[in-house]
Amino acid sequence: MPAEPRSDGRIVIVGASLAGLRAAETLRDEGFRGELTLVGEEPHPPYDRPPLTKQVLLGRVRADDVGLPRRRAVEAHWKLGVRASGLDPDGKKVLLANGEHLPFDRLLIATGTRARPWPDADAARLDGVFTVRTRDDASRLAERFDAGPRRVLVIGAGFTGSEIASVCRERGIEVTVAERGPAPLVGALGGALGTFAARLQRAHGVDLRCGVTVTALKGDGGRLTGAEFSDGSRIDADVAVIALGAVRNTEWLADSGLAAGPRGVACDAGCRAFDMYGIVTDDIFVAGDVARFPHPLFEYQMLSLEHWGNAVAQAEVAAHNMISAGPHRRPHLAVPVFWSSQFGLNIKSVGVPTFSDQVVLAQGSPEEGRLVAVYGYRGRVTAAVSVNRAKWLEHYRRMIETAAPFPPGPGAADGPEPAAPVPSDVPDPKVLSHGPTVALTGHLPDRRLTLVRPGG
Amino acid sequence: MSTETLFRRIADYASRADPYPLYAELREHGAVRQDDGSYLVGTYDEIAALLHDPRISSDRRRRTVPDALGPGQDDVPPAFIGLDDPEHDRLRRLAMRPFGPPHSPGRVDALRGEITRIAGELADGFADGKRIDVVDDFAYPLPVTVICRLLGVPSEDEPRFRTWSDSIVAGFDATPDEDPEQRLRSATEARRAMALYLGELAESRRGHPTGDMLSALVNDEGPEGSLNPIELMTTSVLLLIAGHETTVNLITNGVLTLLRHPDALARLRDDPALMPQAVEELLRYEPPVQMLPQRTPLADIEVSGVTIPQGAPLILVLASGNRDPLRFAEPDRFDITRPDNQHLGFGSGIHSCFGAPLARLETQIALTTLLPRLGDLRLVEDPPPYRTNQVLRGPRHLLVEAAG
Repeated sequence: MPAEPRSDGRIVIVGASLAGLRAAETLRDEGFRGELTLVGEEPHPPYDRPPLTKQVLLGRVRADDVGLPRRRAVEAHWKLGVRASGLDPDGKKVLLANGEHLPFDRLLIATGTRARPWPDADAARLDGVFTVRTRDDASRLAERFDAGPRRVLVIGAGFTGSEIASVCRERGIEVTVAERGPAPLVGALGGALGTFAARLQRAHGVDLRCGVTVTALKGDGGRLTGAEFSDGSRIDADVAVIALGAVRNTEWLADSGLAAGPRGVACDAGCRAFDMYGIVTDDIFVAGDVARFPHPLFEYQMLSLEHWGNAVAQAEVAAHNMISAGPHRRPHLAVPVFWSSQFGLNIKSVGVPTFSDQVVLAQGSPEEGRLVAVYGYRGRVTAAVSVNRAKWLEHYRRMIETAAPFPPGPGAADGPEPAAPVPSDVPDPKVLSHGPTVALTGHLPDRRLTLVRPGG
Repeated sequence: MSTETLFRRIADYASRADPYPLYAELREHGAVRQDDGSYLVGTYDEIAALLHDPRISSDRRRRTVPDALGPGQDDVPPAFIGLDDPEHDRLRRLAMRPFGPPHSPGRVDALRGEITRIAGELADGFADGKRIDVVDDFAYPLPVTVICRLLGVPSEDEPRFRTWSDSIVAGFDATPDEDPEQRLRSATEARRAMALYLGELAESRRGHPTGDMLSALVNDEGPEGSLNPIELMTTSVLLLIAGHETTVNLITNGVLTLLRHPDALARLRDDPALMPQAVEELLRYEPPVQMLPQRTPLADIEVSGVTIPQGAPLILVLASGNRDPLRFAEPDRFDITRPDNQHLGFGSGIHSCFGAPLARLETQIALTTLLPRLGDLRLVEDPPPYRTNQVLRGPRHLLVEAAG
């Protein structure tokens, strides 16, 4: 029987953020005429998260002004402010927290992540303790920054924590950053650029403390007053921002039989979810931060990415495949890309820097504050990171895609001579306070066991 | 015919009205060595890769194989278009401060009203029932007036710098088999004269800013300082010439292309909101900058199986890449709603067109202003007479008259 394109029926998308919205738009763009329902836990229509830790906290953009631009009308039923609580794969129904059942012919799981909370629940409830994931979080924290706190403590120096520290300094607020690893950003960029990031933060007046954990958040009368560190020191602080990384929203799938766990929902290159036995399903698809997918450029290891660009690209592939017959389906092969702006610098990455054993300075210099560092693994290029030099990354993307030899040859017009590769010093994620935004999670789709050790 | 003579045949004035068959021949052969030791590349993917390759220099002084332009005799250093990072980056950022984001995000958009007014006045000046030269009566005066206003150059001096600009542009019109000495000497002299003129003008604004870019460049001090007097001169010469010699061709090519494609014209008249897309397609289909003639590899580089040696002149034929069937479906069709139209009309990478937002805005407004009239006009000659320049290609005149 020839496979027919499936442009009718009922599609449910669980998750109404970037991936969910772009998938809905792609479905309609590519001719899906059936019934479309989007479920979102937050009450707001889809909005853009990158500005939350930048322009919104700086007070330049209001948190309710970050709605995602629409590419087209999607003619969908929007169920916002309702959490999905379960999935019945036999009956093909999504169960909602309000008791409703949503029948589907095909399902897209795009539930993303949430902020990892402070492990001590009582301390986490103190007034002044924040996480930043949603626009409501950012709005509340921006208000607190407006009020002029005496000192902010940021726990975790990944991208989110570093961006928040940058905002504090730009607003003239004293800030302490605590990171259990050896330097900021090392989880994503390795040791060499981590050292650069540490110098950068200190040059901007951040009280950066690496190699320490926060052992306790102190409160008085329900308000945060300070924190104690593992080295015995303590500080006074009236705001603490918990930036320990993300938790994947997969709990609602615990009884679904899918390969869903703390590292995400495993899927194949075509975004189809695996079940717990590693068998691919045909009507359940996954996209965005919650997905765990194999990538041929990285030895087919399963990747988990918390990247804006990946959410868009993967949503488009998933949507296409949901309504396409077998031979017309596409693989999701995009090279991972992410960016950050902090301390006046634009940092952009292509590839997977943590999939490396060496790194070399290919262009510019740290002194100049403009550079491109290229990462290699066993003699081939696997990633590149630019600081204020993003326009060059296209070149390195091509090198990654073609497995070009590492280190790259000489001849760059602004290349240092001679450039010697050094170890990339990618730490074991377990030693970090911040969660890596790129995680290589092995080869097995059905691994549901993960050791989670919260920072601190 | 031998591919070793391709550039010569492209440069031949007889090819000017339609170089596209030669570009198709170029694409069939990947990277093509010319008999003078230079190399042409005309396929989309390869051009895009080379435009992002840090081993490709834009500084002609780094050539070791002599090119058709001869050795540089110019004692004035190149502007940022002819420099590599980090110098290029520093100068371009300083020039961008008064022109675009992050420091002047609204600068170009603020010109919208004025461009619309100038375009309207020029169009109102078309005499009824008479022949119009789209170039001299519209497409040339519009961007020139705008760039003069933006930079702060008195437009009554236009005849002076038009002469200089003509000579300078003729200077990088690399025609093989011709003794370039005279042409190069007058180009150098013109560039020096224009540099002095703009330098004096900027100097006169020091301490007396008048709200224009020259005033900003001479008075504003950023965290990285400001342009020194020589850099100020080379930068303002570049901006004035680029604002002078490119958009005129884009607007003229737009009128010519729309008159040749009545279906597209009718669609635009029904739905002028399609104009931004139409201008992008125009940049793909008839780009005003046909090629980038001054790139040089700083290491031996392999392109399509051919090794281009370090120091050899490398010419990237953007207009050919724009018609590459491996990148664009039906590349020779003018399709104003073409999806995924990432053309090379403004180049790409670190040297991508500095003035692109202004060129886009001017052309969108110019063509929108002419839309109501174009349906009643016809071309007097097709093809029209072209300028000699094969790099900055466009009609010298475009005569149109009332149809019927």
